Amino acid sequence: MVETVVSMGLPVDEHLVIRKNRLMPEELGKELKRIGIVTGTHGDELEGQFVCYELNRRIQEHPEYLQGIVDIYPAFNPLGIDSITRGIPMFDLDMNRIFPGSEDGPMMETIVRQLMDDLAGADMCVDIHASNIYLEEMPQVRINEETAERLVPYAKMINVDFVWVHASATVLESTLAYSLNMIGVPTLVVEMGVGMRITESYGCQLVEGILNLMKEMGIWAGPVGEVRTPIVSSDREIGFVNADHPGIYLPKARIFDDVDEGDIIGRIVDPMTGNIMEEVKAPIAGKVFTRREYPIVYSGSLLNRILGGVQEQ
Amino acid sequence: MKKEVIYRLDSPYRESLDITGYRFGSGKKSACIVGSIRGNEVQQLYVCSQLIKKLKELEQHGAIVSDNEIMVIPSVNHHSMNIGKRFWAVDNTDVNRMFPGYDKGETTQRIAAGVFDCVKNYNYGIQFASFYLPGDFVPHVRMMETGYQNTSLANLFGLPYVVVRKPRPIDTTTLNYNWQVWETNAFSVYTSETDVVDEVSARQAVSAVLRFLTRMGILRYNSHSGYIASIIDEEELTIVKTDAAGIFRRLKCPGEEVHMGEVLGEILDPYEGEVIRQVVSPTDGIIFFSHKKPLVTESEIVFKIIRRLHE
Ligand SMILES: [Zn+2]
Repeated sequence: MVETVVSMGLPVDEHLVIRKNRLMPEELGKELKRIGIVTGTHGDELEGQFVCYELNRRIQEHPEYLQGIVDIYPAFNPLGIDSITRGIPMFDLDMNRIFPGSEDGPMMETIVRQLMDDLAGADMCVDIHASNIYLEEMPQVRINEETAERLVPYAKMINVDFVWVHASATVLESTLAYSLNMIGVPTLVVEMGVGMRITESYGCQLVEGILNLMKEMGIWAGPVGEVRTPIVSSDREIGFVNADHPGIYLPKARIFDDVDEGDIIGRIVDPMTGNIMEEVKAPIAGKVFTRREYPIVYSGSLLNRILGGVQEQ
Repeated sequence: MKKEVIYRLDSPYRESLDITGYRFGSGKKSACIVGSIRGNEVQQLYVCSQLIKKLKELEQHGAIVSDNEIMVIPSVNHHSMNIGKRFWAVDNTDVNRMFPGYDKGETTQRIAAGVFDCVKNYNYGIQFASFYLPGDFVPHVRMMETGYQNTSLANLFGLPYVVVRKPRPIDTTTLNYNWQVWETNAFSVYTSETDVVDEVSARQAVSAVLRFLTRMGILRYNSHSGYIASIIDEEELTIVKTDAAGIFRRLKCPGEEVHMGEVLGEILDPYEGEVIRQVVSPTDGIIFFSHKKPLVTESEIVFKIIRRLHE
């Protein structure tokens, strides 16, 4: 059943409306477990749109297997998605930097507060992101090291290729995931694909993983396909490759490619002179999990990220 | 005065972004002043240009006390200003949320690192800043409560108010916050405008900085004494929010005194012109901030009021 979670008046004859679709078993038994599937916080990330569609379809195909509540929120930032805007139109701050929000804050912080209230009490939340328009990402879960112990076991159930446990940073304390984890709702942040595009194969892979997670939680009783075991980054090095010259980036290595240290993984070229400005080399041996898709680069633009092998302690 | 490029970033299709610093006097690093960091901070650029004009004049007259260096950086992100964007045009990131920066990181982290490398280690840091909510302020000095802040120093600008803000996670990447963490006494000076030039508050800001530098023994300059500031905790400001959306008619402006129950503004039906809501003051006080745009949404902050305490 589609429900309105938030409705806020806009100046002229319109409301900003955030909705969810609640799927639940016909027979209401005992205490039901609840999972929230959230996406569309960043208006230029669309991979989650397909995931929401496909998850809806898979569950509604076999309602008899559903044993808990699934709340699907396809668009946390509907004005952003509708205007191809990453952030919130007319608002300075990234929506994923104002959680947990406040009733006393500006409109968007009030909205965020109400979204938090709606998700509070859930047994699990999956927050689906799609990188940005510049970079393609291997399907992965990102976890703040502070919550790793609790979340890595869930992340292994969700059928991604990679789990990145990263250092904590104060500025990340205002994300949806951090705020929900703080109030006891385990929240997994998925990053996959690239902005403004839909990669159906990644979407299907994640849906299988979400069903598997739901099965482990007792929300889903249907069959689930094979689930892959992700590489967990904890004891591995991560190599960052940033441009040192402006120009046009022509990537060579693809996502999932294994590269050796010093391999040429792309070139930065100058269309005016025909010169190669920079031969971009892999800083470490490993697997490419991030690759730049948007060609124009400045000094500093992220080009690739590489997951190194297990480091000896 | 020495004019120099303190950071250069090459661009694929435009001239390089050259960030320029003006050095006055010489000796110990006394004060650093930063103007526009966001592309719409035209008032901040203007204030800095007026300050540089004045400092040139003062230096020629020997008014900079020996063994003091003052650095002024009028603009960081004119690549965005020149094309009408507030943030870094390539990826829409905000340079003022990238401090202290990282010289091997993303483009705007590199810009922030380049700037921070130049501006750190000064005794006093002053930034002409803008707020993330659109609207007007009473001119004031703002400080972050980091444990290092010194509000009695902020008083020496002689502006009517000093506001202390409890930093939220998102504030930890601003210039002001990082200056303080690196042991510079940091102040953000807010005038009433951002996108347009307001001569009156610009003059007030230039005088406030010159007054501060004089009182710190960096300049010899005859400035009038200014105000004795009220120090306000940002959380103590009374917030007035809308409970309807529509066309906003502002009736009270920053600096005006208001009484409890007084009508501060009206919200009009955007089609039929009728007043559908009155925005009423919940307290006696002085308007500190007001929404300025002609349209408002529901649940928006339209006024912040400094509550008057009854004695
Ligand atoms: Zn995102």
